[in-house]
Amino acid sequence: MSYITLDYTDLAVAALLVILNAALSIGLRLGLEWRLLIAAGRMVVQLALVALVLKALFAVVSPLFTAAVALVMVLFAGREVMARQTRRFTGLWAYGLGTTSILAAATIVTVLALTTQVKPDPWYDPRYAIPLLGMVLGNTMTGVSLGLDRLVTAAARERNAIEARLMLGQDFAEAMGTITREALRGGLMPIINAMSAAGLVSLPGMMTGQILAGIDPVEAVKYQILIMFLIAGGTGLGVLAAVLGGVRRLTDGRHRLRLDRLTLTTGG
Amino acid sequence: MLTVRQLTRPGLEPVDLSIEAGECVALSGPSGAGKSILMRAIVDLDPNEGDIRLDDAARGDIPAPRWRRLVAYVPPDSGWWADDVASHFPDADAARRLLPRLGLPAEALAWPVARLSTGERQRLALARALLVEPRVLLLDEPTSGLDRETALKVEDVLRQRLADGVAILLVTHDPGQTRRLARRSLVMKDGRVTDAAPAPGQSGSGA
Repeated sequence: MSYITLDYTDLAVAALLVILNAALSIGLRLGLEWRLLIAAGRMVVQLALVALVLKALFAVVSPLFTAAVALVMVLFAGREVMARQTRRFTGLWAYGLGTTSILAAATIVTVLALTTQVKPDPWYDPRYAIPLLGMVLGNTMTGVSLGLDRLVTAAARERNAIEARLMLGQDFAEAMGTITREALRGGLMPIINAMSAAGLVSLPGMMTGQILAGIDPVEAVKYQILIMFLIAGGTGLGVLAAVLGGVRRLTDGRHRLRLDRLTLTTGG
Repeated sequence: MLTVRQLTRPGLEPVDLSIEAGECVALSGPSGAGKSILMRAIVDLDPNEGDIRLDDAARGDIPAPRWRRLVAYVPPDSGWWADDVASHFPDADAARRLLPRLGLPAEALAWPVARLSTGERQRLALARALLVEPRVLLLDEPTSGLDRETALKVEDVLRQRLADGVAILLVTHDPGQTRRLARRSLVMKDGRVTDAAPAPGQSGSGA
C-alpha cells in the first residue's frame, strides 16, 4: 500500500482557496467573509481534536472509552435532530425521541456489522467501531430528522383532516395513516437516492478515501457496499422508531390529536 | 339519553346538560362563548373532565372511536383527507341515497374536494356523519352557508332523524330554525351554559 502524506504547507496552499472565497465575498459584498473564515477555522480545530482523540482511542482499545466516545457522538446527533425541527415535542421528548431512535438503530446496526461482517479483534476495536458508527449515525440522523419533521409539520397542518377522521370513529393510527406513511417515506428517501446515485453521480467518501489510501478499488467498493447496506438498515430502523414513537406521542388513550404536546420554535 | 355532568376543561365553566332521545336542544351564544369547545369536549377530542353518559354507559368505559360513532360532532369547518369526495364515504350506495335529500346530486361523490363550495362541503360533512348512524348529533351551525330552501331540506333530514330517536344538540344563530326544530334552548356565554328565556328569539348574539 502506498499513499502520499500531506505536510502542513500543502494544507496552507489549499487554505488559500478559502481566502480567495473570502476576498470574493468582500468584493461582491456578500457579507459572508467572517462566517466563511470562522467555519473554516472551526472545521480545522474540530478535525484536529478528533484526530487527537482518535489517536489516543486507537492506542488504548478500551471498550469503556470506545463506548463513551460513541455515546457522545449519538448525543450530538440527537441534538442536531432536535435543532432541525420547526416544531418540537414538549419537554424531554424534544430531545429524547430522536436521540433514543438514533441510539437504538445505530447501535444495533453497528454492533451487527462488527460482530458478524467486519469482525475485528476485539470486535469493539475503535479503529473500526468509531468510523462505522460515524457513517451510520450521520445518515440515520438525516433520515430521522426528516421523518420527524414531516410527521409533526403534517400533523399540525392537517389537523382538520385528522380530526375529521377521528370524529367519524376511526382510531388514531388509521386517522394518521396517510401522514405516517408520508413521514416514513420522507425519512427513507435520502438513502434511496444516495444508493441510486452512488458511483454515477457521487463517489462515496469512504470508498474514495480508501482508494486514496492505496486500497484496491474492488476491495474499497466492497466496503462501500457494506456501508451502504448498514446505512440503509440503520436509517430504516431509526426512522421507523422515531416516526412511530412520534405518532404515539401525538395521541393518548382516548385517540385524541394532542397538538398541545408540540411547541412552535421558529415561525414555520 | 345523553347526560353531561360537571364537564370541565380550560375555557369551560362546569357544564351540566342533558338531551333526551328524539329531542333537539338549540344552543346559541356569541362566538367565543365556548360552544365549539363544549362540543369538542363531549366527543372527547380535547382533554376534559366530567361524567358523560349515553343512557347508562359512562363515556370512559367506551373506547373513544366507538364513542365518536355514537355521539357525532359536525364542526363548522370540515376536514378532508383525500382528493375526491367518494373516498370520504365508505358506503357509496348509502351516500347516493342520502345526498339528494340534502339537495346534492348523487354524482357529487365523483367531485374533487378542492372544487366544493362552502355549502357543499358543509352538507357532505353532515352526510358522512349521518351515515355513521350516530345516536347523538352535535351540529355546529349546519346550515349557516346554505340558502333558505336548501337549509329547509337539511332540516327535513334532521327532523327524520329526531323521529327515529336521535338526540340533537344544535348550534344555530337562526331563531327561525330554533323554533322549527328545537324543543328547548340553551344559551352559552363565557363558558357557562344556562337555560334560555322561554320566549325564543329574545335578544342575544344576533348573527
